[in-house]
Amino acid sequence: MQAKPRWLSILDGVTAVIFAAAVAMVFFYAPEEAVMGMVQKVFYFHVSAGWVGMLGFLVAMIAGIIYLRTGDHKWDIAGLAAVEIGMVFALINIVSGSIWARPIWNTWWTWDPRLTTATIMELIYAAYLMLRAGIEDPDRRARFGAVYAIIGFISVPLTFLSIRIFRTIHPVVIGGEDPSAKGAFDMTPKMLQTFMFSLLAFSFVFADLFWHRVRLGQLADKVEQLRLKLIQ
Amino acid sequence: MYLSVLDQPAPTMPYFIAGYAVIFTFMLIYLVSLVLRSRNLKQDLQTLEELEKKEK
Repeated sequence: MQAKPRWLSILDGVTAVIFAAAVAMVFFYAPEEAVMGMVQKVFYFHVSAGWVGMLGFLVAMIAGIIYLRTGDHKWDIAGLAAVEIGMVFALINIVSGSIWARPIWNTWWTWDPRLTTATIMELIYAAYLMLRAGIEDPDRRARFGAVYAIIGFISVPLTFLSIRIFRTIHPVVIGGEDPSAKGAFDMTPKMLQTFMFSLLAFSFVFADLFWHRVRLGQLADKVEQLRLKLIQ
Repeated sequence: MYLSVLDQPAPTMPYFIAGYAVIFTFMLIYLVSLVLRSRNLKQDLQTLEELEKKEK
């Protein structure tokens, strides 16, 4: 494995600072919401985690397309890295949403269109990892993974748009004025600033984790190739 | 829950704490998993390279 690039160390530092600032904004700068109280603050990282989840799946789809066009193995490594990070953050999004829902909807879980599509999306990408784990030939695994990541991405816009297409109790915070939504609120300027900064911080977290995960994938690839070479 | 009942914000601090505890814990677990996997792979690589040298 190559030595850690200087730019990656810089990105680590910048990400840590921005993330810490986002945490400080959520805890100390953003005001308490008038009706929901403190639990509304879960929203900042809940949405940001959902953004990173979907961003990861988008990157995986793009990597899949490029892999199928070029056959370059590095895009397979990138696709896997993006899916893995996407899954972690999509899970954070689902679990933190469930915690928010308990006092606001009076239930941990309901099969609302958004919650259902988000769960299906997560399961689709869990199946991606299972599919890969079941194929030994690296080229075949990469090809199948790329096709799956492209087709699986259909679940992402469906999840994103579910609260705008279907009748749902999930709030649409930006541009949503559905009176049936439970837990909707108007953002004050401080709330909006905290929200936008959280999105920025999580974007940095994604970039940083993605770079690290790609390096890990390259190392795993090297180990696998050496192992295959020794077996032959 | 108490949305229309109270004049003050609902007392939801425990859920706020639980939400962020879960978020930070999941992120930390993933970070630790990256570090551990990297360490294990480096050890594997070292072992395989030693084996390769012996075979030569």
